[in-house]
Amino acid sequence: MARAVTPQHKTIATAAAWIVALLIFFPILYTVITSFKSEQEAIQGFNLFPSGTMESYSEVQAQSGYFKFFLNSVLLSVGSTILALLVAIPAAWSMAFSPTKRTKDILMWMLSTKMMPAVAVLFPIYLIFRDTGLLDSRIGLMIMLMLINLPIVVWMLYTYFREIPGEILEAARMDGASLWNEIVYVLTPMAVPGIASTMLLNIILAWNEAFWTIRLTTTEAAPLTAFISSFSSPQGLFWAKLSAASTLAIAPILIMGWFSQKQLVRGLTFGAVK
Amino acid sequence: MATQQTRSLARFMMAPSVVLLFVWMIVPLLFTLWFSFQQYNPLNPIRDGFVGFSNYALFYSNPAFLQSILNTLTIVVAVLLITVIGGIMLALLIDQPMWGQGIVRILVISPFFVMPPVAALVWKNMIMHPQYGVFADIARFFGGQPIDWFGQYPLTAIIIIVAWQWLPFATLILLTSLQSLDGEQKEAAEMDGAGFVSRFIYLTLPHMSRAITVVILIQTIFLLSVYAEILVTTNGGPGYASTNLPFLVYQKALLEFKIGQASAGGVIAVILANIVAFFAMRAVGKNLDK
Repeated sequence: MARAVTPQHKTIATAAAWIVALLIFFPILYTVITSFKSEQEAIQGFNLFPSGTMESYSEVQAQSGYFKFFLNSVLLSVGSTILALLVAIPAAWSMAFSPTKRTKDILMWMLSTKMMPAVAVLFPIYLIFRDTGLLDSRIGLMIMLMLINLPIVVWMLYTYFREIPGEILEAARMDGASLWNEIVYVLTPMAVPGIASTMLLNIILAWNEAFWTIRLTTTEAAPLTAFISSFSSPQGLFWAKLSAASTLAIAPILIMGWFSQKQLVRGLTFGAVK
Repeated sequence: MATQQTRSLARFMMAPSVVLLFVWMIVPLLFTLWFSFQQYNPLNPIRDGFVGFSNYALFYSNPAFLQSILNTLTIVVAVLLITVIGGIMLALLIDQPMWGQGIVRILVISPFFVMPPVAALVWKNMIMHPQYGVFADIARFFGGQPIDWFGQYPLTAIIIIVAWQWLPFATLILLTSLQSLDGEQKEAAEMDGAGFVSRFIYLTLPHMSRAITVVILIQTIFLLSVYAEILVTTNGGPGYASTNLPFLVYQKALLEFKIGQASAGGVIAVILANIVAFFAMRAVGKNLDK
């Protein structure tokens, strides 16, 4: 801003923003803190300074086999994202480079499929999965996650591809580039950043999806969302273990998320806000 | 560029996405529609068969039904109000010149990346627990009586949790939009003597309108189908006090095995979503044309 900012103004703004930000972040912070307490400490009232024990972490792994769920989360989110990209890249590509009158309608229609409430089709999907043996299988859930995120992936790729100037293609063509050369040497390098951003956002969305991942799995394919939900039983005091499990479940995606703020805005607003 | 060849190539490239989404949308929906006119109980198939609209009548006469619709809309409206108004205020605050703005942004956006079951369990056990939660500690510190959030105010508790998850999203989008506001325009308005309030109403708010529209649309999609937060906290109770439509359908289908009624509920959920979607999509479509 060009106008001079008074030091008081800046100090007050800084203080206010930090207080609000810390309040919003507090539940996450407190979870991480509690994960380093013993179960005894965890229920002894408000305390920001844990003894630093790691026993909850080792117990979570020993008792419930945390790592298997973690692996499933990785496989499902990355796998479904790759599937979605394979299907979406050609579609977004053709809509961005040879748009027709109906392109816009198709995009809106794709978005509208996200409006369908998942519960409305819960039972049919359950039946189809049961009868095809896909229930509690990784591949079934991968397909499911691919389908629910496909509209966002197509939209996001479309907004990135649309910004690649068409003249470059024509120039390459004039120089005698074949379609294959055009794709490999001209378009791919320009499209990679957009594809990477889309991938990042989609992995985050798939990692946190908590309807189908809970309902369509039991043990084999269950990812972290299902694992954490199993902690909802009211019996027993397990604050520290719950905190350790929660910390492990959110840490990787939280850190990825910090690096994807820009892509998040763009991807989830369909390019309307940049 | 649009030769016959490229056009058919384009169609060929689009086919997989369109076909997949179409099948994914239509096939299960037809199943649901069909089941909604059937008596179907996987555990007790003797009386299975066509029953006309009686599932809808049963679902409708179930006192939980009206309550669940009311709860669904309450969650959507309350969370939208909190996140949009709170988001605008937060975005205005974070947009001020300050030290450590980058870190403030990271702290504020973080809850959005927390998976719903974790968010719900952390709030349920560590923040709102009537005995060991932080809120209870605070209440006792001031000599007050801790509140049993999930027993007394289950819907409010769920709204707080869901709003906590979505406030970061609204803030981030609105902040991005705010930062794209032309600095010169702001200065010109200031030079003309426009105060903070009139600058906000006549300059900032119109500039953010598109971002606000998008925030409302996206959040509505997700808020209509809040599920995991209810599952791990109140399980819909006490009674039906915190049951929304998705949760009611889930209960009917997978806990009570009343598939016909659940399907009727599903069809109603689709209609409700379509009504909301109709208005939301029109607004977004209009805004995206700009």
